[in-house]
Amino acid sequence: MIFSEQWLREWVSPELDTQQLIDELTMAGLEVDGSMPVARQFSGIVVGLVESVEPHPDADKLSLCSVSDGSESFQVVCGAPNVRAGLKVPFAKLGAKIIESVDAKPFKIKKAKIRGVESNGMLCSSEELGLEESSEGLLELHESACVGEDIRSALKLDDTSIELDLTPNRGDCLGMIGLAREVGVIARQDVKPLDFPLPKESIEDEFEIRISAKDACPRYLGRVIKNINLNSKSPLWMQEKLRRSGLRSIDPVVDVTNYVLMELGQPMHAFDLAKLEGHIDVRFAEKNEKLELLDGKEIELTPDTLLITDANKAVAMAGIMGGMSTAVSEQTQDVFLECAFFAQLAVAGKARSYGMHTDASHRYERGVDYQLQRTAMQRATQLLLDICGGEAGPITETLGNLPEAIEVSLKYSSISSLLGIQMEQSEVNDILIRLGFGIAADDGKVLAVSVPSYRFDVSIEADLIEELARIYGYNNLPQTGGLGNQSLSSKPETHTEISQIRQQLVALGYQEVVTYSFIEPSLAQTLFPDQPGVPLQNPISADMAVMRPSILPGLISTLKYNENRQIERVRIFESGLVFQKNGEEIKQTAMLAGLVSGNKMPVNWTNNKELTDFYDLKGDVELLLALGLEPDRYTFVAAEYACFHSGQCARIERDGVPVGHIGALHPAMQRKMGITGNCYLFEVELAPLQERRLAAASALSKFPEVSRDLAILIDSNCASADVLANVRENAGEHLSDLRIFDVYQGDAVAKNKKSLALGLTWQHPSRTLSEDDVNAIISKCVNGLQDKFNANLRN
Amino acid sequence: MADTDSLLAEALQAIKDSSDEKSLESLRVHYLGKKGALTALLKSLGQLPAEERPAAGGRINIAKQEVQQAIETRKTSLVEESLNAQLSSESIDVTLPGRRQGQGGLHPITITIDRITSIFETSGYDVAVGPEIEDDYHNFEALNIPSHHPARAMHDTFYVSPGTVLRTHTSPVQVRVMEGGKPPFRMICPGRVYRCDSDLTHTPMFHQVEGLLIDENVSFADLKGTVIDFLHAYFEEDMPVRFRPSYFPFTEPSAEVDMGCVSCAGKGCRICGNTGWLEVMGCGMVHPRVLEMSNIDATKYNGFAFGMGVERLAMLRYGVGDLRTYFENDLRFLQQFN
Repeated sequence: MIFSEQWLREWVSPELDTQQLIDELTMAGLEVDGSMPVARQFSGIVVGLVESVEPHPDADKLSLCSVSDGSESFQVVCGAPNVRAGLKVPFAKLGAKIIESVDAKPFKIKKAKIRGVESNGMLCSSEELGLEESSEGLLELHESACVGEDIRSALKLDDTSIELDLTPNRGDCLGMIGLAREVGVIARQDVKPLDFPLPKESIEDEFEIRISAKDACPRYLGRVIKNINLNSKSPLWMQEKLRRSGLRSIDPVVDVTNYVLMELGQPMHAFDLAKLEGHIDVRFAEKNEKLELLDGKEIELTPDTLLITDANKAVAMAGIMGGMSTAVSEQTQDVFLECAFFAQLAVAGKARSYGMHTDASHRYERGVDYQLQRTAMQRATQLLLDICGGEAGPITETLGNLPEAIEVSLKYSSISSLLGIQMEQSEVNDILIRLGFGIAADDGKVLAVSVPSYRFDVSIEADLIEELARIYGYNNLPQTGGLGNQSLSSKPETHTEISQIRQQLVALGYQEVVTYSFIEPSLAQTLFPDQPGVPLQNPISADMAVMRPSILPGLISTLKYNENRQIERVRIFESGLVFQKNGEEIKQTAMLAGLVSGNKMPVNWTNNKELTDFYDLKGDVELLLALGLEPDRYTFVAAEYACFHSGQCARIERDGVPVGHIGALHPAMQRKMGITGNCYLFEVELAPLQERRLAAASALSKFPEVSRDLAILIDSNCASADVLANVRENAGEHLSDLRIFDVYQGDAVAKNKKSLALGLTWQHPSRTLSEDDVNAIISKCVNGLQDKFNANLRN
Repeated sequence: MADTDSLLAEALQAIKDSSDEKSLESLRVHYLGKKGALTALLKSLGQLPAEERPAAGGRINIAKQEVQQAIETRKTSLVEESLNAQLSSESIDVTLPGRRQGQGGLHPITITIDRITSIFETSGYDVAVGPEIEDDYHNFEALNIPSHHPARAMHDTFYVSPGTVLRTHTSPVQVRVMEGGKPPFRMICPGRVYRCDSDLTHTPMFHQVEGLLIDENVSFADLKGTVIDFLHAYFEEDMPVRFRPSYFPFTEPSAEVDMGCVSCAGKGCRICGNTGWLEVMGCGMVHPRVLEMSNIDATKYNGFAFGMGVERLAMLRYGVGDLRTYFENDLRFLQQFN
């Protein structure tokens, strides 16, 4: 909400300068977002009267004006289309200083010749005074303006517009009356009551009001006002107050309802009485009902929308916006003024559901004082009659189900236990009463506090204590040393912290990245056709429309981003949730993923340019899997995925259950995404990675190890893992190590064959293994390999 | 006994001229071995008259010792020479850079979360995590934000389906922990959160750390102490901290926390918008209704909650200027934190 400091000070004017006032408001929980002088620092501009206007002899669009400053007349050349005799306008006399924009230096008005004619000063628009960002034509001052008076004092321009960023619980401060109350409490100063002469009721016309939705509309006041003159203009003081509150002057009826909105926080609406039929009814919309709103939009209404209707049609969306068909126009003579209280629940979220937000909906959603309607109606009537004349009928009031008054009990002891201070009982009373609360009873221990009709945010004891703390000052409240835990605690050793996993990757030279969880749907679809992720209903953009089914697309995009910046060696990882839809169920799984591209090692002086490959990445992944101290539970099984090269891809299994995958990016994808370098990826579930066996030591054998090597020739498509498994099966329980130390395919072996060299080591816990022991095992292994793989021993 | 003298002279010269351990060994055999020249002289002593034998034997023995000694000395110096030769031939340019893997590192968001976490862990706070696609109940209802509540407009919410959202804060994790346990609670919840907002100062995804403490007899003074201690610990600086009344549906009283600008020490600069203050946290005493909804006896227990934006803290701590750089993942940017 934007308000004028001067206007506030009409109600309560503490001895604080503007900055102090701003600080006090902020520290009381009414955060000030910004402030701006209502006009720039010009000087020498007075109220001028245009006495006569003649065309410029040499220019079609210019006029020669005679302008009076009250004591003298000056010839002024003016190009504004709205200049006319009798008009009162801001007149910058010779020597006046005008500042054309916020940062500009002042320029001085001098005598000038414009197209050969002398001009002694300048007539100003509101833009030139800095009242508006842009404007057309001269600022037309009210006829009551005093010719010759300095414009700063005539328009009371030494004022500041202050913008408040109010929290949604403080609907009561969305009007000057509430804001003044708040400032009154902060300054402990009394606030001037609202005072105006009650308007005269000169006719007896009424318009019937019915309320069908009694909970949604607890109170509805209406009044007929006839024969108003819509050609009249709102007085300058009203226009200025509205302007400084961020509202433009439109016509007297709109201005008056806006003024009451700003002054009291009460939204109002005026209908053209001639266009209303039968009676008013406040009810919820019917199926397929439509309404054309004031802004020209035709809305198809949902049945939970509260409407103002007449006998035949919807005429307004209650508490949000009026309808076009009954709008006040230049032809309007008689109006029907509405001043209602709509329940928060009936209005809340409705405007938003139609993509709208109005000053009225903003206030009704936050709660309008339900006892305020009669005052507001009288105030609006009085202002309207003052400006437009006309005759007012009596107020018609129809009630629905009014909210019940709330009483909250407050224990004095709760104040000290929650805030840690002893607050004087008299101070507690003073703060609450100034805020408008009533003290229904006070036995020295417990207060019975009645909540005013404008405080929808107070319903429990803690709410009252917050009010006390707020006014007492949060910063005056004490602080303790915090509440730490005094007992020892530990983390389970059988759980690997994610930070340890990250550190392992960092030590292996990986850089962690954080990519968005939402990705481009087509990318998800291409890379993961079986699991294209979870779409959002309202994505922020088309390329961030689906929750990722995998971290890999984000990593690939990051590679691309960096390749575009000439970074060719990339080793990155990311951890986080991935999202998969299984019917209606959404699965969210924590994953760890990595990508390598470019050289094996950073280029150094040995001229190493070897590209990284599948086995480099696999080695890193194996180190991660080994963190759980049970690497043998994992296996890599050749597999096929849409996103991976079909010949360079494996499923990672743990005890036979898939937990991840690893592979080279599919060349087709690589081309499609414009990746120029090599690219290998892995992704594995975090949960199994974080399981860790508690280490258990066993005694080391004192007897020597025995080693043998085997070189075999097998079909080239045999998986080495199968060979190892077969050997392990036959190598006896004392096999302590088994490794492949050479793989050969080439001229020395037959086509479609490969040579594997295996190193086997045994160690017996209680004796030295003999030559015969080992020979027996070796021949068993060889037989096994021959049976299973048709393997031949190589010499 | 000219034989002995000349033999000794000859041996010493040969030893001196020997160039490796192998030739030295053959010299030892040649002079001192069982069939060696000096050994032969000793054997021939019998041919001398008896009175000359002792003197001649003594001289031969001295000669033997001299040769032995010379061999040892020569051996030592030969070993030394060969070591020196090895050392000089094997010397390298130690100023050439080492061969190594590239430098890895953590993302500044992770660094910041880890730092916040470790500060609270020393005080016995547990770390809790939860789902990012949340149901409406845990993200809003259970936190006292019913569907019509205007505060929902402050959370520009992403929807997956009408009752399912991307969590707008990490508070639902706290609800889930409270539902599943018994007080006291002491926890912090770091993680990704989502709001449908994107401009210079907002990204649609960002990170929060929210904290919750539920126990008996917790006061606003405890909240103030915890928040101030944390900020001082995190920034390693005792800057002023102020609390402003604010509003969150799930806390009452609620506060915004400002700290003295770490960039200008409160004098006013571009970073703090010339106010001298930086808004860094929201906090408050947990609303009794929130406790009740999670089946906690609000007459017995109360507590406080606080929440902060990780990107913002990292920006202030490390001088990151543009929020969006966190998610572009330009490696040159990220490597500044390694």
